[in-house]
Amino acid sequence: MDQYTLNLLIVGASFALYVGIAIWSRAGTTAEFYAANRGVNPVMNGMATAADWMSAASFISMAGLIAAVGYGNSTYLMGWTGGYVLLALLLAPYLRKFGKFTVPQFIGDRFYSQSARLVAVVCLIVISVTYVIGQMTGAGVAFSRFLEVSVSTGLWIAAAVVFVYAVLGGMKGITYTQVAQYIVLIVAYTIPAIFISLQLTGNPIPGLGLFSEHTASGQPLLQKLDQVVTDLGFNAYTAQGSMVNMTLFTLSLMIGTAGLPHVIIRFFTVPKVADARWSAGWALVFIALLYLTAPAVGAMARLNIIDTIFPSGPKAEAVLYEERPNWMKNWEVTGLLKFTDKNGDGRIQYYNDKAAGFASEAQARGWKGNELDINNDILVLANPEIAQLPGWVIALIAAGGLAAALSTAAGLLLAISSAISHDLIKDWLKPDISEKSELLAARISMGGAILVATLLGLNPPGFAAQTVALAFGLAAATIFPALMMGIFSKRINSLGATLGMIVGLVATCLYLFTYLGWFFIAGTNMLENVPANYLFGIPPTAFGPIGALLNFAVAYFVSMATAAPPKSVQDLVESIRIPRGAGAASGH
Amino acid sequence: MSDNSSSNAYWEANKRIIYISLVIWAVVSYGFGIILRPMLSGIPVGGTDLGFWFAQQGSIIIFIALIFYYANYMNKIDREFGVDEE
Repeated sequence: MDQYTLNLLIVGASFALYVGIAIWSRAGTTAEFYAANRGVNPVMNGMATAADWMSAASFISMAGLIAAVGYGNSTYLMGWTGGYVLLALLLAPYLRKFGKFTVPQFIGDRFYSQSARLVAVVCLIVISVTYVIGQMTGAGVAFSRFLEVSVSTGLWIAAAVVFVYAVLGGMKGITYTQVAQYIVLIVAYTIPAIFISLQLTGNPIPGLGLFSEHTASGQPLLQKLDQVVTDLGFNAYTAQGSMVNMTLFTLSLMIGTAGLPHVIIRFFTVPKVADARWSAGWALVFIALLYLTAPAVGAMARLNIIDTIFPSGPKAEAVLYEERPNWMKNWEVTGLLKFTDKNGDGRIQYYNDKAAGFASEAQARGWKGNELDINNDILVLANPEIAQLPGWVIALIAAGGLAAALSTAAGLLLAISSAISHDLIKDWLKPDISEKSELLAARISMGGAILVATLLGLNPPGFAAQTVALAFGLAAATIFPALMMGIFSKRINSLGATLGMIVGLVATCLYLFTYLGWFFIAGTNMLENVPANYLFGIPPTAFGPIGALLNFAVAYFVSMATAAPPKSVQDLVESIRIPRGAGAASGH
Repeated sequence: MSDNSSSNAYWEANKRIIYISLVIWAVVSYGFGIILRPMLSGIPVGGTDLGFWFAQQGSIIIFIALIFYYANYMNKIDREFGVDEE
């Protein structure tokens, strides 16, 4: 059986599973549609949250980023896991106790103001739609690569699949579908990693293999890696990074995680307050299974790639282009891997041609510049091919990448649809709407959001990483501070919280648009996106904590200058701080 | 709901454990993983140093332990203060 048929079979089977589950668990009532009747067990909920959370960025892109830089990109690992500590300690149990369906509902009630709620709805929609665009783009690329269709066709296929199970299933469908997706994605991620760890270190657990001995050389793996990359003029894999930027970027990812509405909404779906705390822990356990493997995947893939190009070590001759392995040929077709024979010797010289200290050695060896361009994002998908693993493993990784992208898109769409149908229509525009029409409105808004995200995904506003960074920065600067102050302070009032969110939103958007273009349209940026232009050297991706700080400061000072919240609101804050009396779901 | 002084004491106990947990959270990631890494460079771990291990593995493991410890601790004090869910 050829690879294409195998891809079709395995990806097709995984989709049949998701759609089957969605149809089997079709939501009947609004409560089921949004919150699965709060009947979801914490372990299952943790697994679904993990699938929701780990998107194409975690699955396809992160290990490649770590491989390229090494220690300096540990920020992704710490940032995308540490946020769960904030969620479990600062938000999840109290929001579950509050006992409503949506994040804007909490903000509206706690800050006793329809305008606060509307601002929260706007923030939520901006965050989620931006995030969905990135996921749809990622899913479209993966579909096109593995089904060998054009990127736009791949995108429309992705849109159709998301539409079927998100729109028909609702939250309950999504929860069980996402449990299935988690299993597919973790198996797909782990199996190639185990094979490769065994090949290189003899240790079947990749996370331990990373710190083990490299069998072929007898040296520790990371020392071997440091040696081969420095032999080619790159920075050592374990070299120190910039402390200030690493700290700010990690903080942005952590706070952003705790402020993402589609992750928070998960904690509304557990039966009890105690379960909300456990759910966050279980979610992180399931996320960690991938996150403890990812740094090993990155390091080992980097070593394997250099080994492929320099079979007798970096000090000897590089491989002949005519004798390159098949995986290189496959990825050359996509344009994500390129070879240019700059010195005309027919060999692939891969090295850091920007390192001044390496220039003389390169000259002595007759090299005239780096000849191989490898896009970081192909690393995880190409990994099984590089390690010459069987065809079914290659097909499995395609299914896993798609599961990651689609499950996140579906969770985001649910957050968008509940904000529109519940917060905007039911509680504001048309309070007398019937349950059936509300459900219809939720489904229509999901369909609308898919359409908008797909259309924008056809001409993506930038690299997926930039789009995702905007979503994180915005969540950090808007939703997280409002929720946290709403729980931990009785003094923050309606005006303070509303202005705080607006300032956080506007400041973060302006900072990002300044360097990345207005609404991410290329060429409309006012300053070039280079470190020399950054305010205090802060890159746009790390601006989240600054936006959050502005939000906190504005909310605090405005609240102090104006009247305290009414007694009823202070009583509400008292009551959410205590688990006792957490009732069943209620829409109002 | 129980009387005010008891719920205040509950909230104070909750804030204390949150505070302690967040200090650990910050020390293992921003501390050992980033800022204090040069100071820990003398401690070797599997071909590299302790700071590298914290940044790529140790911090994640401690985050998990923190959440489970917190959940367990809170369930205990929920019962002690009589504010658990019946």
